[in-house]
Amino acid sequence: MDLVAPAGSLPALKAAVDNGADAVYIGFADDTNARHFAGLNFNDARAREAVAYAHARGAKVFVAINTYPQANGWTRWTASVDRAAELGVDALIMADIGLLDYAANSHPDLPLHLSVQASATSQEALRFYRDRFNIRRAVLPRVLSLPQVKALADGAPVELEVFGFGSLCVMVEGRCTLSSYVTGESPNTCGVCSPAKAVRWENDGDELRSRLNGLLIDRFGPDENAGYPTLCKGRFKVRGHVFHALEEPTSLNTMEILPELQAAGVKAIKLEGRQRSPGYIARVSKVWRDALDACAAAPERFEPHPQWMSTLQAVSEGSQSTLGAYHRPWQ
Amino acid sequence: MRISLGANPYYWSMEDVAAFYEQVQDWPVDIVYLGETVCSKRRPYGLDGWIDLARMLAAKGKEVVLSTLTLIEARSEVGTVKRLVENGEFMVEASDMAAVQLAAERGLPFATGPSVNIYNAQTLATLQRAGLQRWVAPTELPRDGLAALLEEAEKLNIPAVETEIFAYGRIPLAYSARCFTARAHNLPKDQCEFRCQDYPEGLPVQSQEDQGFVQINGIQLQSGERYNLLSQWPEMQAMGVNVMRISPQPIGTGEVIAALRGMLDQGRTEAPAEFGGVNGYWFAQPGMDTVPAAEA
Repeated sequence: MDLVAPAGSLPALKAAVDNGADAVYIGFADDTNARHFAGLNFNDARAREAVAYAHARGAKVFVAINTYPQANGWTRWTASVDRAAELGVDALIMADIGLLDYAANSHPDLPLHLSVQASATSQEALRFYRDRFNIRRAVLPRVLSLPQVKALADGAPVELEVFGFGSLCVMVEGRCTLSSYVTGESPNTCGVCSPAKAVRWENDGDELRSRLNGLLIDRFGPDENAGYPTLCKGRFKVRGHVFHALEEPTSLNTMEILPELQAAGVKAIKLEGRQRSPGYIARVSKVWRDALDACAAAPERFEPHPQWMSTLQAVSEGSQSTLGAYHRPWQ
Repeated sequence: MRISLGANPYYWSMEDVAAFYEQVQDWPVDIVYLGETVCSKRRPYGLDGWIDLARMLAAKGKEVVLSTLTLIEARSEVGTVKRLVENGEFMVEASDMAAVQLAAERGLPFATGPSVNIYNAQTLATLQRAGLQRWVAPTELPRDGLAALLEEAEKLNIPAVETEIFAYGRIPLAYSARCFTARAHNLPKDQCEFRCQDYPEGLPVQSQEDQGFVQINGIQLQSGERYNLLSQWPEMQAMGVNVMRISPQPIGTGEVIAALRGMLDQGRTEAPAEFGGVNGYWFAQPGMDTVPAAEA
């Protein structure tokens, strides 16, 4: 299986390539991609350097143009598709049907991957995108259990890529508007979730509170680790109890099921985290490179190395990780 | 402008569902969407039950459309969608691209619900070529984005596709593989005991300061507040919207439909104050915000 690593900057891309990524995915520095954060992503010159660096070392570059353009932004999104094609990248990662149609017609030789933001979870959905836009690969939403991934992979009309490690979206990607309900900006429209500009931290005595556009997301005691106030990971009140009503702050880690994913025919493992530092990208890419190599060499004997797991654990959200939906009881 | 009743998102008992649609027969609503869109484990009605209801409503002059499941995870769920698509009598509202593909492969016309992402006219055109007859705009698409989309659609010469707007009720905000109702009861999803049946309008989630946030409805999250765009019908009409959708709730749905009918027939824009609700999305504000009539 290939390792697909994230990069939000040129140093991060170099870290991914140097530590064994087969492909690196990047975005342009605007709302055409789902990690539209200040100071992140690539302008033309940096993207050109990124492609040159990766290609010189045998790695591929994918460009995510995976938000949903509206009429007033349409030409900017199509210009991004044209720019990526002109840069000679190896694939585009897209979700919007109109934009896929544009790319398939304007750049028929440029491989298209279906973004997780399109939330295709069945062979029928995959066929829609393959028949019309000739997509080569689809990234699966983090909602399917391992048996469901296996069933989907059996006879899938395109290559499948699954998330291996990183922040966990508990909602079906591309169909969650919690963020725009509270802040006005969502992954689909603006490429952001729970945007930093809506975050406010408050101290009250020993207590630290996080708010998103005024809505209290969580409160932390002096001994608690205060995480970023992502909407679905706050502590809320349901039936008189306060708890993580939707999801705990935790990371996804699928390393222990790598042999099964490999046997199912999954083509690539994706790491989440274009917003992460080059140091993080280097460490995590290295661990996953080693794990994928070990799994490819002897899947029947594969076991996650304790040192890999502790490295990943140390950089996980809330220092916790989960198999997420891959583990059936979680569903 | 026509009025539609969206598919009921909640898990009500068979008796309550039957009683609800018994009333719907006589409501001044033009289009009725039927079916389970949230959780495949809920089975008060099989396909035959829905078809019986559909025929009853069709006999009263309603256009009936069958809605499909939003999140498809298992082959068995694809099978259910396939049987719906092949019912041979009623059009299907696709809540997911699997349903779109199953209809398109059979050359059948279809509608799309608010969970199919259509944010621009080029997407609308592509789906029209696949057989799309009517679409419900994503609830977060603001007025200006919708108006620009419809203008663009006209320029692209897209043949008649009807536009429907989610105009009243709790907004569908998110779906998960997880069941939040089961989680709130410390139950695994596999043994959920159908607890969502105890919450005919969902289970409220509040901040630790008691501010309303969302409603848990099984694997779905809905807005804590109801969306209310009833007063915005003239601008919808002016930009070419064909249908306004009311989402079912256990109490008062008939009153909302009757009020909107009256407003449309008499050219009034003032909605009854007791309907309350938020309207931020329409005005490109956070969905939970309310833009007062004076500023709208």
